[in-house]
Amino acid sequence: MPFDVYLNVAVGGLLTGLVYGLMALGLSVIFGVVRVVNFAHGEMMTIAMYIAIVLFSALHLDPLVMLVPISAVLFCFGYALQAGVINPFITRPEHSQFLLLVAIAIIIINVLLIIFGPDAQSVQTSYSYDSFQIGKLIVDATKLYAAAAALTVAVALYGFFQFTAIGTAIRACADNYTGALVVGLDVKHLYALTFGLGSACVGAAGVMLVLIVDVTPSLGPAYTLLAFVIVITGGLGSMPGALLGGVLIGLTEAMAGLIFTPSAKSMFAFAILVLVLLFRPQGIMGKKAA
Amino acid sequence: MLSRLFENVSRRALVLLGVLLVGLFGAPIVASDYLLTVLILILYFAYIGQAWNIMMGFAGQLSLGHALYVGLGAYTAAALYVHFGIGPWLGLLVAVPIAGLAGAFIGYLAFRFKVGGVYFAILTIAVAEFARVGFDHLSWTNGSSGLFLPVAQYTRNDLWLLRGQPVMFYYILLVAVVLAFVFCRALLQSRIGYFWLAIREDEEAARSAGIDTFRYKMIAVIISSAMTSFAGVIYAFYYNNLFPEQVFHISRSIEIILGPIVGGVGTLFGPIIGAFLLTGMSETLIAALHALGVDIPGAKQVFYGFCLLLVIAALPDGIWPWLSRRIGLSEREK
Amino acid sequence: MSALLKVDGISKRFRGLLAVDRLSFDVPEGGIFAVIGPNGAGKTTLFNMIAGVYVPDNGTISFAGERIDGLSSDRVCQRGVGRTFQIVRPFPALSVEDNVIVGALMRRHDVVDARTHAHEVLRRLDLYDKRAQRASSLTLPDRKRLEVARSLATDPKLLLLDEVMAGLRPTETDRIVSILKELNRDGLTILLIEHVMRAVMALAGRILVLHHGASIAEGAPGEVVRDPAVIDSYLGAEDI
Repeated sequence: MPFDVYLNVAVGGLLTGLVYGLMALGLSVIFGVVRVVNFAHGEMMTIAMYIAIVLFSALHLDPLVMLVPISAVLFCFGYALQAGVINPFITRPEHSQFLLLVAIAIIIINVLLIIFGPDAQSVQTSYSYDSFQIGKLIVDATKLYAAAAALTVAVALYGFFQFTAIGTAIRACADNYTGALVVGLDVKHLYALTFGLGSACVGAAGVMLVLIVDVTPSLGPAYTLLAFVIVITGGLGSMPGALLGGVLIGLTEAMAGLIFTPSAKSMFAFAILVLVLLFRPQGIMGKKAA
Repeated sequence: MLSRLFENVSRRALVLLGVLLVGLFGAPIVASDYLLTVLILILYFAYIGQAWNIMMGFAGQLSLGHALYVGLGAYTAAALYVHFGIGPWLGLLVAVPIAGLAGAFIGYLAFRFKVGGVYFAILTIAVAEFARVGFDHLSWTNGSSGLFLPVAQYTRNDLWLLRGQPVMFYYILLVAVVLAFVFCRALLQSRIGYFWLAIREDEEAARSAGIDTFRYKMIAVIISSAMTSFAGVIYAFYYNNLFPEQVFHISRSIEIILGPIVGGVGTLFGPIIGAFLLTGMSETLIAALHALGVDIPGAKQVFYGFCLLLVIAALPDGIWPWLSRRIGLSEREK
Repeated sequence: MSALLKVDGISKRFRGLLAVDRLSFDVPEGGIFAVIGPNGAGKTTLFNMIAGVYVPDNGTISFAGERIDGLSSDRVCQRGVGRTFQIVRPFPALSVEDNVIVGALMRRHDVVDARTHAHEVLRRLDLYDKRAQRASSLTLPDRKRLEVARSLATDPKLLLLDEVMAGLRPTETDRIVSILKELNRDGLTILLIEHVMRAVMALAGRILVLHHGASIAEGAPGEVVRDPAVIDSYLGAEDI
């Protein structure tokens, strides 16, 4: 195969990887602050995907235009979920939280199945087949737009945590739960906010991925797992780590799909995870293992 | 040794246990074909739940990838039978070490580097998923198109080759559940059991009490994975077909662990009660929805999800700790 | 008396902070040795190095004539060094008895033997009557004694006690002091970190004062508390 085929696939993988990274960022933020592993992460993404599909097929609203409103819906969903259902579980053991989120995931998958049926659906925008050509390099327009949007959202989130009062308060909660309570922070509200933000991230990622993949109700678990792999690879709790991990996994999957067979690509993502755990258990950008 | 198994067991508990056992041994006489298949499923989950519980309930290591060991057991025994005509009991001699090695590999990776908690859980999923995709591409086991065991109409049960009617599988699984129960009770009362509980409670304190935590966590993974692979062998010869997509899938791993969590992690009766309750609930929902004329794919699972939510919200420690207090038998608190 | 524990020039640095700075001392066999000093002086870091939680950056630690620095904490315990934690860590969901059985099983392979031994230890520490309770249901003084019991059950030659008197009432302190004296009389060497001077003065044969990770005084209790440097940096106006 000529070199530019590899290059094109690599760039495609890199761009998809940024979207993966945004999805994983949501998981990382939730775990980093609330200390709950969101086992319904991929399932929440499929909610956003179906909203995008419905809006597109019924009202012809472009998913990228609807990015912000859909993320806002997911934010509310995440906020309500944390405040109403998950909050009593934050002091429970891990397996108990796991069961709770698995139950939520089962409900989400099957409600979507009841509403939308098992068949794959997708969005065909006017730019679905557009591409940019730079020399020999051909870049899919959809992937480029999605990646740019993912980066924007990630930067905005980073800015929120670094430069706003609420963001600082949330970071304080993550560092020292008791301390945050002592100084009078409304931890329950801040946790719910964080869960909402994490959900908004995965929602935004879902809206972008609608442009790239076909959607079925059962898509969730695979993406939940992918988010885990990325977050651990990049380093749990590290925001740049999540993006970097996403790019690395996106790239690996794309190259593995090209060189071996697309159906075996996820094996390579898992292989990377095992290698990371072997040689750098705290993740690429992580500070230390939990 | 044997008398120690009955230490601290009240007469009331023994009577109940006896009634339960007699009931289960006699069940096939009265059960319909349908009920028998449900009971087989319950025993299957009770057995694996017990095996999983050794890791999580005793040693405190959360495995979310136990489908890996089921799959390795199932595929090894089935492939040996299909390719070389080697029967399941001999196949077990290969399947169990393979699953044990896989468990040891995961344990070694994680415990060497003090990878614990969530990291460990995700590593177990990742290896199981790796195996799923790997088996999809393994031509020796027919890849994603599935491995099939030859089936015929059986008039008699061949226990040696596990060819026969469901009732044979029922009794095999029942014996397995009883043995697993006794084995786990013996483990809990042994030196290893005490060390596991100490590790589960506080690993650093356990180490400072002189316990080589790496070693005992490894023992837990290896015993648990080896035990689980036996269920895989039975699975293969009961269903006669294996697809990586089904056997290794993460939802299988989740199914396995819901029972013991709902029943009560770390208790001996938890996995059994959980299996009865969840499988029973699932079958009842199917029947109820059928009777109501509701035929929507997914409806059953939505109910199931809500039931899980309610159980976990109402009984954080699971059903058995609560139930045992209610019926006046308290298992020694662990 | 020969030294059971020999600490020779150990240091430990955490990022920028030098927690323990070239510290040396000997704990004689059969003695009670106390390490005192203000908060942040490096006492717990010192303990964690002896107990095998941290590896010292330099220096050596020898126990009964053999190097133990760099060994993991379970190995250190197997050599005969028992410890308690400053913030108590009994196994919360286990019964008092089972907590101690875990310790007793280190040198015993039979659970029945271990239980017998655990009962002896529990009696010595006034916990026998509470043996069936869950550890998490105990009061703080009882939990502290439980930690000592679990550690003692491993049959240590040297017992490291990290502030076992902190937060206890005077009568409870006196009770622990008399228990520890009795154990010492039966041959147990004790190294304790303690803030409660009343207990230190009653127990210790020798005191080392730690300040900013280094020793500023070492000697018999009577000398040490009159040392101007010690009064300055640690004891201050606090009455002894």
